[in-house]
Amino acid sequence: MMSEKVELLHHHVEAINWNRIQDPKDDEVWDRLTANFWLPEKVPLSNDVQSWNTLTDEEKDLTMKVFTGLTLLDTIQGTVGAVSLIPDAVTLHEEAVYTNIAFMESVHAKSYSSIFSTLASTKMIDEAFRWSRENEFLQRKADIVMDRYVGDDPLKKKVASTLLESFLFYSGFYLPMHFSSQAKLTNTADIIRLIIRDEAVHGYYIGYKYQRALEKESPEHQAELKDFTYDLLDELYENEIAYTESLYDGVGWTEEVKKFLHYNANKALNNLGYEALFPKEMTDVSPAILSALSPNADENHDFFSGSGSSYVIGKAVNTDDEDWDF
Amino acid sequence: MSALSALLEEARHRDGAPEHGQDQGHDDRREELPRGASDPVVVYFSSVSGNTHRFVEKLWARKVRLPLRTREEPPVMEEPYVLAVPTYGRPEGSGAVPPQVIKFLNVETNRKLLRGVLGAGNTNFGDKFCLAADKIAAKCEVPVLYKFELMGTGTDVTTVNEGLMNLWQ
Repeated sequence: MMSEKVELLHHHVEAINWNRIQDPKDDEVWDRLTANFWLPEKVPLSNDVQSWNTLTDEEKDLTMKVFTGLTLLDTIQGTVGAVSLIPDAVTLHEEAVYTNIAFMESVHAKSYSSIFSTLASTKMIDEAFRWSRENEFLQRKADIVMDRYVGDDPLKKKVASTLLESFLFYSGFYLPMHFSSQAKLTNTADIIRLIIRDEAVHGYYIGYKYQRALEKESPEHQAELKDFTYDLLDELYENEIAYTESLYDGVGWTEEVKKFLHYNANKALNNLGYEALFPKEMTDVSPAILSALSPNADENHDFFSGSGSSYVIGKAVNTDDEDWDF
Repeated sequence: MSALSALLEEARHRDGAPEHGQDQGHDDRREELPRGASDPVVVYFSSVSGNTHRFVEKLWARKVRLPLRTREEPPVMEEPYVLAVPTYGRPEGSGAVPPQVIKFLNVETNRKLLRGVLGAGNTNFGDKFCLAADKIAAKCEVPVLYKFELMGTGTDVTTVNEGLMNLWQ
């Protein structure tokens, strides 16, 4: 399997010149990604041991499964998904960004192992990895995206990659956010938040490159790709629902997780340049989860629905470039 | 059939002859400004990825897009407006406000006429979600009117449209 994973570059390679940028987005995203760089060793995971011991056996088992599931996705994206985008890159800088994405996915995959070795026994870890190899929904999820990664349409690869980055992770990400909202496994949640931040940039960038490439296609192919996106999302969604039910029915959180899936499916579509599809009543993730994700998201940021008329006109202060020290 | 299949069918039906990025989530999104209403003014910055642009183009308002290139001169406003701004920048929160927006707000008249800020962002960025909107609001002493993610949803568009109408009445 390994040798046929990805067809490697066989075109002529030139020296990359970062002083001649064709697409400023490459430069901007490279800067963002490198500034976001982190390693799990910097997070004091051992502080979660006490909290781990307060979880029920069922919650521990769920956590192990969810995290091996996430490990599989990160492994796929690190060694196949992001790498498979390199041959279709339009600029050398885009290729470089994909190498960064691929490496960070491998960091993500390894960080779950750091969490495991801190919290769980070797026996539990081995059992969880065995589960990940045998679980039909997880394997199906992997098969669906892997099929697209080895296909020959560069745009379809980008769609599959964006849906993985911006949609498929979230049945798993829900769990540490849930625990975090109850002040459990908070250091583990810190690691997951770093991963969530990275995946947002990955989904945004791959989706952006999809949109740039799509602009150059015929209207017929554009329509076909939109159909392809909808079909692939539908296929993945149906499997995600089954995966979610198999994991979360026992603890009774399935309906909440589904809302989180819908909320993120909308954002995945946006990253590809398509309108959100799930209506508000299907995406109303609980404020506690949103707040675990982003402390700024939970505060009242809808001034319009408040008292309304108490706005003030901005007071001009003497401002020059130096004052705008953002 | 999954809950999504039904929604996808609706979307496919709505698309008819699909044109990328032009599909409408709700029929009311592209209505023209009702007659007799005063026109809200929205100034916005959107990078080449165009998320904020896609949101703003659905608003019932006159729109002014800030130049993509920082070296271009910013517009000077002559009437009150709201500013829609995405957040960029680094983990420590520096560089959140796009330089083109800083240049625009360095014009004193523009600061005087600013009525409020619409923040575009992504909750995946945690406590940096819509940080640029928060910073501008604090600096210019105006409220953050609303925050939305990426291209915004139909609900976001409706809420902001209604809010702007009320603000301009």
